[in-house]
Amino acid sequence: MSCSAYVDSVGILGPGLADWPAARAVLRGESVYLPAPTVLPVPQLLPPAERRRAGRVVRLALAIASEASLRAGLDPGSLQSVFSSSGGDGHNCHELCVTLATAERAVSPTRFSNSVHNAAAGYWSIATGARGAANVLCAYDASFGAGLLEALALARSQRAGVLLVSYDTEYPAPLFAHRPIPDAFGISLVLKAERGPLSIARIDVALAAADQERSALRPRACADPRLEALRAAIPAARGLPLLECIAKAEGGTVLLDYLDVARLALGVTACP
Amino acid sequence: MPGSTLHLAALTATSCLGRGLAATLDALLQSRSGLTPCQFETARLSTFVGEVAGVDAVELPAPLRRFACRNNRLAELALGADRFIESVERSAVRHGRHRIGVFIGTSTAGILETELAYRQRDAGGALPASFDYAATHNSFSPADYVRRRLGLTGPAAAVSCACASSAKAFASARRMIDAGLIDCAVVGGVDSLCLTTLYGFHSLQLTSSKPCRPFDAERDGLSIGEAAAFALLERTPTSLGADEILLQGVGESSDAHHMSAPHPEGLGARLAMQAALADAELAAQSIDYVNLHGTATPSNDRAESLAVCHVFGAATLCSSTKGATGHTLGAAGALEAVVAALALRHGFVPGGTGTRRVDPELRAAYLTANRHDAPKHVLSNSFGFGGVNCSLIFGRAG
Repeated sequence: MSCSAYVDSVGILGPGLADWPAARAVLRGESVYLPAPTVLPVPQLLPPAERRRAGRVVRLALAIASEASLRAGLDPGSLQSVFSSSGGDGHNCHELCVTLATAERAVSPTRFSNSVHNAAAGYWSIATGARGAANVLCAYDASFGAGLLEALALARSQRAGVLLVSYDTEYPAPLFAHRPIPDAFGISLVLKAERGPLSIARIDVALAAADQERSALRPRACADPRLEALRAAIPAARGLPLLECIAKAEGGTVLLDYLDVARLALGVTACP
Repeated sequence: MPGSTLHLAALTATSCLGRGLAATLDALLQSRSGLTPCQFETARLSTFVGEVAGVDAVELPAPLRRFACRNNRLAELALGADRFIESVERSAVRHGRHRIGVFIGTSTAGILETELAYRQRDAGGALPASFDYAATHNSFSPADYVRRRLGLTGPAAAVSCACASSAKAFASARRMIDAGLIDCAVVGGVDSLCLTTLYGFHSLQLTSSKPCRPFDAERDGLSIGEAAAFALLERTPTSLGADEILLQGVGESSDAHHMSAPHPEGLGARLAMQAALADAELAAQSIDYVNLHGTATPSNDRAESLAVCHVFGAATLCSSTKGATGHTLGAAGALEAVVAALALRHGFVPGGTGTRRVDPELRAAYLTANRHDAPKHVLSNSFGFGGVNCSLIFGRAG
């Protein structure tokens, strides 16, 4: 049994990928991919005090959440959301662990309340007034797939649409040596149960067994080797092959990396 | 579109009240609290905690040794009770291992390992080579441990929405079952004591120096606890014994107000409870007992009382069991789902332990002693940082 939804918009931000129009041109082969450190905008949606304190995770998640909801022409406050990240705010976590290793253990209350995995979802809801359900997931390297499955399942019961926000940022040293995510990267999608005037693709998802021995069951790679390196390095970028398919307005089946034992088999149909 | 009603085909919980359902029920019936003065690790804080005995001595199965940390040892301790593993195995044989999902709520997973590793940094600042981030610290670690321990190959995720995490794990699992992506799911929550939460809540001045007293006029903060609780959720079979427990409604909302303080009138809490009632297609009067989030901080309890009175009026019985268990953070939703199930199955309404004089400003009908009325429908609240709210409704099959 499969579960399906329509993609009404895409947001993206990552190394050398400033937004969806820029990324779309790269994924279509119309412009050359030039990797460069991710530039995270200050989240104008937040009140000034929160804006100053917003860490890289919040800046990234709010930027891509804003992009997808604006491109879908929707009031962001009307959407239910699924946030998925493989790790949360690595810099904040590092500072807390450094403090806890001191004799005084003078933990900053702001650092502690920002340490929750759902911090970005909380700030998004405060910024937009969204009072609907917001679920926040983590599945380590499978976090993009976990978020997409949850968003597709949620979209079935939501007329207004569901916002998927999948994002990762780097840990500083010494955690970096144990979790070497190189930079900030995120993908957002607005998904709807029914086709609308803005729909750009339909996705049907099914689970497929993972089998490393069978090349037919390997996850799809990105065409550009530097984008493929990005896909392999950052869990949220495991969604790039889906975006490549959407950018090229291609149909077909895309196998996305998910758990060690499973892939997501996405049937993608372009909406002309 | 309301979600489907699901059967809790198996259940278990381990907290400071004891290991498994019988010990948990016994403590609830005797209004016993498991809170003790904090002597956890090197914490030097004047506070009480709900610590589970014997966690550090739990051995993980050899192929899963890399997952060894307090959090996964607590998960293992809980999974071994109430024949839970055997029940999941029967479901796996019936439905297929790939048709069972795993959705586990946690707020801090095994971050204690990272806290300890930071104390052991070498001269260059590097963490010990033995430190295993993925299997311990990462939020997915308890979900990953549980799916490997149970041999399940379906979809899996950690739900990490602070203190609403494991209530929302029920919501995620039900969506995946209703979407046809899985036939059943292991849901639950695992959160264990660590320095991040002990010192973090202390920094916010939210911990009490005494055992916490939810809804008490003199309440002055929470007591942190730890727990692991699990349920096996399946589609409701056509015939069920009257004592079987159903998940009948789920409601989720966001406060859109503040990161670490509730909406002052409990608006988000109200929306979650109303959504759960609408989802269950039940009137507010049908709920016989509300298991409150009830953390015992002055502002949380005030906001929740307002929200409960708005939805139910001031007559529906309610209490918080956190005076007995402590606030088990990301495991609280699943632990309190088990409390709701025990109340429904054994025909009692648990009074809140630890509360001496209910705050007269809180109008909700707070119970301080057990009442032997048999509830038919129980609503359980879980709220968290980030303004996340989730209400679950459980009922008897007959």
